[in-house]
Amino acid sequence: MAGDKVMHISDGEFDSKILKSELPSLVDFWAPWCGPCKAIAPVIDELAAEFEGKIQIFKMNVDDNPATPGKYGIRAIPTLILFKGGEVVDQITGAVGKSQLSALLNKAV
Amino acid sequence: MPQQTMPDTDYQLVIIGGGPAGLTAGLYAARARLKTLLVEKGALGGQVLTTDWVDNYPGFVEGISGFDLVEKMAAHAERFDLATRTAQISALDLRGKSKILYLEGGERLTAQAVIICTGGSPGKLGVPGEQAYAGKGVSYCATCDGPFYRNQEIAVVGGGNTAIQEALHLTKFASKVTVIHRRRELRATKVVQEKAMASDRIEFLLDTRVAEITGGAGGVEGLRLAHNDGTSSTLAVSGVFILIGVVPNNQLLPLNDLKTDEYGFIVTDTEMKTSLPGVFAAGDIRSKSFRQIVNAAGEGATAELSAEQYLAQLD
Repeated sequence: MAGDKVMHISDGEFDSKILKSELPSLVDFWAPWCGPCKAIAPVIDELAAEFEGKIQIFKMNVDDNPATPGKYGIRAIPTLILFKGGEVVDQITGAVGKSQLSALLNKAV
Repeated sequence: MPQQTMPDTDYQLVIIGGGPAGLTAGLYAARARLKTLLVEKGALGGQVLTTDWVDNYPGFVEGISGFDLVEKMAAHAERFDLATRTAQISALDLRGKSKILYLEGGERLTAQAVIICTGGSPGKLGVPGEQAYAGKGVSYCATCDGPFYRNQEIAVVGGGNTAIQEALHLTKFASKVTVIHRRRELRATKVVQEKAMASDRIEFLLDTRVAEITGGAGGVEGLRLAHNDGTSSTLAVSGVFILIGVVPNNQLLPLNDLKTDEYGFIVTDTEMKTSLPGVFAAGDIRSKSFRQIVNAAGEGATAELSAEQYLAQLD
């Protein structure tokens, strides 16, 4: 199943799994109360399968993990931030279409 | 052409957009056993996905969350095997008898009839700071972003149902919500207005426009306001929710061939027929006075029945 490709990540793992990762990473900051977040989830799953081995894709629940969203000044969700070499490459806020998300991911490939 | 002999990329009906209008048209088309495809660029649901709570959709006596409502609409259409597809359309040629849809990536689909349900997007104020602070204090979705403003002072711009209803939702989080509206009277339904007036966390600034959204590295810090009496003032807020109505999602539509109103919404007759034969429109993309979920659903049904009638007379 495509959904298995998206991993959940917590504040505590952020440094080791994202910032120190060899591969670029996309983090989908979401929450269970956010309709658009749930709505883009299937697209995120598809992209995780398509970019497997090139970009790792994570979801972070902002309710359970306040520190990382605070650090990156997130005040709207869904926010998707692309990281490479510990730095932010680019980010998108709001439920956007698959082609826009693909374009974002291709910036780090 | 009988549907069983049609090639895979040829449809009797293609519905563009998967909000309440498109999903209802899809439900009707699936039940009519038309060879139908619903194309949606992102997620099924449309703007209702960003609506916290829907209290005026008939049958849902206790109300229902926007997300749950569209999920039910999608499930209902799926129960009758409506085919849906996530794809971005890059161009449309709707002039001929066979309507051609080009998808991003180069694929080409044809349809004998098309229903346009591309909907609307939140309107923008078009003031300095709006773009710069988007996602950093400027929001168009109270249900998505409200919880980031716990115990903070924020503003809502707008005076319609959406603005006032979402202002009420935001009082669950914010310590104070200032509603800014350019007219003297709110447009929202009285029941909604009464609730807002009764809230001790909502204040109103009427006859007032936002002139600029100001801030710093951390995001929004305040608003510069222009009052209709010619005076101006500032308001310190950490967030501003802009809920001032919709603009048409018409960027991909062939606007030279389709009749639209002065704002770019598609003009139809009462049977949802556009100026092009075989092309119908339903929901928020239509030129009309009222944009309600129940209207969109009703128009979706009408558009599909009109399309069926059109298809029947093709043979």
